[in-house]
Amino acid sequence: MGESHATDARLSKPLLEVEDLRVSFPSRNGPVEAVRGVSFTLGRERLGIVGESGSGKSQTGRAIMGLTPPHARITARRLAFAGTDLMQLSARERRSFRGERIAMILQDPKYSLNPVMTIGQQITETLRAHSNVTRAVARDRALDMLEAVQIRDPARIFGLYPHEVSGGMGQRAMIAMMLIADPELLIADEPTSALDVTVQLQVLAILDRLVSERGMGLIFISHDLRLVSSFCDRVLVMYRGRIVEEVAANRLNDATHPYTRGLINCLPKIGEDRHPLPVLDRRPEWAE
Amino acid sequence: MTDALAVNNLTIYFEDFAAVDDVSFNVSAGSSFGLVGESGSGKSTVLRAIVGLAPSSGGEILLDGKPLATPRSKAFYRHVQMVFQDPYGSLHPRQTVDRTLAEPLAIHGIGDGERRIARALDEVGLGKGFRFRYPHQLSGGQRQRVAIARALLLEPKVLLLDEPTSALDASVQAEVLNLLEQLRRERQLTYVLVSHDLAVVTHMCERLLVMQKGQAVEELSAQALAARQIGTAYTRDLMAASTGFKRE
Ligand SMILES: Nc1ncnc2c1ncn2[C@@H]1O[C@H](COP(=O)(O)OP(=O)(O)OP(=O)(O)O)[C@@H](O)[C@H]1O
Ligand SMILES: Nc1ncnc2c1ncn2[C@@H]1O[C@H](COP(=O)(O)OP(=O)(O)OP(=O)(O)O)[C@@H](O)[C@H]1O
Ligand SMILES: [Mg+2]
Ligand SMILES: [Mg+2]
Repeated sequence: MGESHATDARLSKPLLEVEDLRVSFPSRNGPVEAVRGVSFTLGRERLGIVGESGSGKSQTGRAIMGLTPPHARITARRLAFAGTDLMQLSARERRSFRGERIAMILQDPKYSLNPVMTIGQQITETLRAHSNVTRAVARDRALDMLEAVQIRDPARIFGLYPHEVSGGMGQRAMIAMMLIADPELLIADEPTSALDVTVQLQVLAILDRLVSERGMGLIFISHDLRLVSSFCDRVLVMYRGRIVEEVAANRLNDATHPYTRGLINCLPKIGEDRHPLPVLDRRPEWAE
Repeated sequence: MTDALAVNNLTIYFEDFAAVDDVSFNVSAGSSFGLVGESGSGKSTVLRAIVGLAPSSGGEILLDGKPLATPRSKAFYRHVQMVFQDPYGSLHPRQTVDRTLAEPLAIHGIGDGERRIARALDEVGLGKGFRFRYPHQLSGGQRQRVAIARALLLEPKVLLLDEPTSALDASVQAEVLNLLEQLRRERQLTYVLVSHDLAVVTHMCERLLVMQKGQAVEELSAQALAARQIGTAYTRDLMAASTGFKRE
């Protein structure tokens, strides 16, 4: 697959710079540190983030998006998007970045969708908030987008409320809503966890094209090690709020950190009879 | 021997859309049955119909050979519990983990709540520190484990599991799957498991049903699937796709 020269040139300048990002929540028993000094840069590429449940993947994504809950404490030496320091922006300026230049597909799509608006209304509204199109054009674009994410019967789904669609349809509606504004950076938090494997690959192919053809930057948060290793360029492995390892995605099987190796070993495999599955022996030193 | 659960010619319409179209399967007591297939093919709707949350327009559902009363009785919910696909949606946003777990015990008049709640949380790998948190203060996987703990509390005989581990990382997934297998063995439980992960389904289930567009495509054993003894093109596509992403 030949990358164009234009893409090569843009690859050199980071789209996103994250340095020593920390997020903590106050609690009765002292602060809960969800993210503890995360640093990475992102170009026009597919960066995977994997890691233990509760290790801070979503909170990292939310901090970049500016969606950290207000009572949480967030600090960073640097958090910059295309050269703009996000930490210095006003809430209003931050909002204008959100959706338009940086978009995030949230985990728990059904919860994130508005329960009292139809799927179609939500997608067209998102589009109309960011571009000046008529209602009719917005409707056509929304239907096209639903079709692009492999929704079987876009016209029917367009008129349904979130509780009337299946898990995977809600997830794809969320993807359609985030892609319709054509963001430069997409943070996808478990975007395909509710999709059957064939649809999963079709949706990934769409994201893949956006990266290779339009130069979008993609942060792909997923538990699915097989998908991450076959789809992403690089992978960050998180444990207890920190990045414990970075590996080239296609070398995930050669990862050296015992946590990463343990993760790979825990997976059930078709045709293998491993009862019980191996589990991780978590070491306190991994969190240091 | 009668089956723990039998679904015969189940049909479910939403207005004039057939979400489930003449689907049948039997699950023998103590076994684990998988439902896999296309997104939107009706898997969750089948499970919801069993627990009385989706309107059935045709066919019948038998539990231990007996037809189910509509609405389902209180005793039914001690016998059959469901873990919903969308853990956020199924947890009350303004209830702490503790209240979420105490409620079913109160409804069914079960004492010894303190000990049962502590044990259920421990079983799913959540410590005491989580008891007084609200759903929005939990990660996706932590919420899912609360939902599993809630279903286990009532010690049901039949567990319907809708994508129970798709929000979990591989290590927690392994712990939860091991726990489910151990409980099934110890308590003679019967499972119906929906998952898009064929490796999880073949690991957990003896038999599985593949669905597409509301219909049953084929029923086969996990062994046959693993050995690629597959009867339909759709199931073959699923198997091919489960090896990962391929860039053209
Ligand atoms: N509002 C909050 N108050 C207190 N703790 C919180 C809050 N939100 C998140 N946390 C905690 O922060 C930690 C990181 O959460 P995060 O959602 O980033 O995890 P994650 O890596 O995305 O996990 P998962 O894979 O399960 O989704 C978790 O331990 C979680 O319990
Ligand atoms: N209340 C409802 N009103 C209208 N349509 C509904 C309703 N509930 C479900 N459906 C439709 O029934 C179909 C089957 O949905 P279901 O949730 O059972 O799919 P699924 O196989 O579980 O999919 P997934 O793997 O994506 O979760 C979908 O087309 C959905 O839109
Ligand atoms: Mg998360
Ligand atoms: Mg479903």
